[in-house]
Amino acid sequence: MKVLFRESYEQDLGLFRDNNQKFRYFLLLCLAVVLPFILGDFFLGEATLFLIWAIGGMSLMILVGHTGLASLGHAAFLAIGAYTTVLMQTKLGTPFLLSLILGGFLSSLVGVIIAIPSTRLHSIYIAIITLAIAILVDDIIVLSESLTGGVSGIYAPKIVILGVEFDRYSNIDRLYWLVLIILITLVLIYKNILRSPLGRAFIAVRDSEISAAAMGINVKKAKILSFAVSCFYGGICGGLMGHFSTVFNNETFNLLVSINLLLMIVVGGLGSIHGAFFGAAILTLLPVFIAIIRDGISSFFDVSFYSIPGLETFIFCLMVIFCILYEPMGVNGLRQKIRLFCELFPLGGKTFFSKQKSFLKTDRLK
Amino acid sequence: MSGLASGCVYGLVALGFVLIYKATEAINFAQGDFMMFGAFIIIWLANESFLGLPFLFAIPFGLVIMALISASFDKLVLQRVAGEPQIVIVILTIAAGFILRFFAGVIWGYEPLSLETPIVGKYLSLGGVVLSLAEIGVIVLTVMFTITLYIFFSFTKMGVALMAISQNQLAASHVGIPVRKLQSFTWVLAGIVAGSAGILYASKGAVDPSVGLIGIKAFAAAVIGGFGSLPGALLGGLVIGIVEPFSARFIGSGYSHLMPYIILLLILFLKPNGLISQVRSKKV
Repeated sequence: MKVLFRESYEQDLGLFRDNNQKFRYFLLLCLAVVLPFILGDFFLGEATLFLIWAIGGMSLMILVGHTGLASLGHAAFLAIGAYTTVLMQTKLGTPFLLSLILGGFLSSLVGVIIAIPSTRLHSIYIAIITLAIAILVDDIIVLSESLTGGVSGIYAPKIVILGVEFDRYSNIDRLYWLVLIILITLVLIYKNILRSPLGRAFIAVRDSEISAAAMGINVKKAKILSFAVSCFYGGICGGLMGHFSTVFNNETFNLLVSINLLLMIVVGGLGSIHGAFFGAAILTLLPVFIAIIRDGISSFFDVSFYSIPGLETFIFCLMVIFCILYEPMGVNGLRQKIRLFCELFPLGGKTFFSKQKSFLKTDRLK
Repeated sequence: MSGLASGCVYGLVALGFVLIYKATEAINFAQGDFMMFGAFIIIWLANESFLGLPFLFAIPFGLVIMALISASFDKLVLQRVAGEPQIVIVILTIAAGFILRFFAGVIWGYEPLSLETPIVGKYLSLGGVVLSLAEIGVIVLTVMFTITLYIFFSFTKMGVALMAISQNQLAASHVGIPVRKLQSFTWVLAGIVAGSAGILYASKGAVDPSVGLIGIKAFAAAVIGGFGSLPGALLGGLVIGIVEPFSARFIGSGYSHLMPYIILLLILFLKPNGLISQVRSKKV
């Protein structure tokens, strides 16, 4: 087992734990950059979708994983980001990156407006409010048909940055790199927020609001800021997703998307950026896997399988339930346990990872 | 009148939410899907095209099946996560709802079905007003249900014990209340309520696997009425059931869908404890 000696405070605050870790992430980055040369167009499209979902996962991870506020309607913020980005581009002619960022900010603004009254309430009510907002946004999109195109949807224009075109169908590799650059920027921002006082305040609020307040953290402010950051990420994710699907309507951001995002980060592992990525990987790869397995079975046994609707959601939900029952920290927790077990190899025992018994503490009469 | 009847169904589903919340402090987001599943089970038992059992025999049988499903969900899944934060239970129940919807779709298909009851399609005219018997049945049964549950929670020993559990599980088990047993009992009760809501829903309209989504509306109803209050749940359901057709008529049909949520947001921001408040401030 490798023991990490801490020699200075800067080391504790650094982005990477040690040089070894830095090297591993560098390798991962290299792999991500050269991926378009390895994969075909279809799988590259899936990879791009994975990166976009990972942004969405990070967006919800800030709120659920790090601040402990549940949002059941995050698709609303995705939708606001997507529609703002595309409408700015088509109606006002602003460049893509500017409209994307403005979309993020508008979504963030809406998030703050919702958060200010909600933070007075118990955390479960925030879930209810976001759920209601998601349904409202869905209906508002349908009702304001002249602007948003309603049910028939809206076309995303081509992305042009400095004369270079990014398009899903003609040059998916460029779109992939664009999304990758945005993603890396967002990951770095996230990581830096986490090691700043703000990020530490988020985590303190998640673990116990009362102790956080006792330590001098402004709980309300921390919650509102968490909403702001989370919705900004959500807006960016929505903008990219709108461009990725080229044509989208209110159904692109329906309730299922919000629920998927939530289930995704639970499977991935709450409370870590890794978790968002693992969850996004499972969410994007699962349909592909199911399709491959189904094709394999049908060609092997020479029977034609009709596709069962909702099979992916079903398998995903089963995974969520098993995950919560047997591995509450998700895929990321599993990864950490396996690593710890290997590092400590002969010493790790059966009771090493056993859960502590806990009782529900309610603050209902608060 | 039909607004009142659909309000009653919302109210019944909301009653299921409140019941679980009162006893376990968890929110069962699958309650709407439980109702949908209950409706399908009854249709499967009673309709001529399926098993075709006599109606009065099918109802208790269906309710027992629903109670079993609900209790086994509690036993197999929820008891293992006792003491975890609320968000975990929220996610678990959402996942369970999707699974139920999948099973209903696979077993009974995605075509809407409706229940053949002896009272469907019969009308009663009272002084010029024509009332559908099914709707009257819905209203009468819902009110009876609410009153029974209200009496149970307020005046019986078991009801009071359930209230104690919801406030502090540890303290409740210290004073000798069998926490786990009573929680399972609540889930059985919630399953029966969901099954009855399913019967009523199926007898006044068609059912398909996505009707579980009215759970969200019922949830709004529970919050409007004041979460944790049984009469409040019914009141909230009635408010939504009446507001919907009225807003469709006076504002525009596109907006009727929005009204429950707008009311929900207004209530949450202005009067966060609902119309019938259950929250008292803590005395130190």
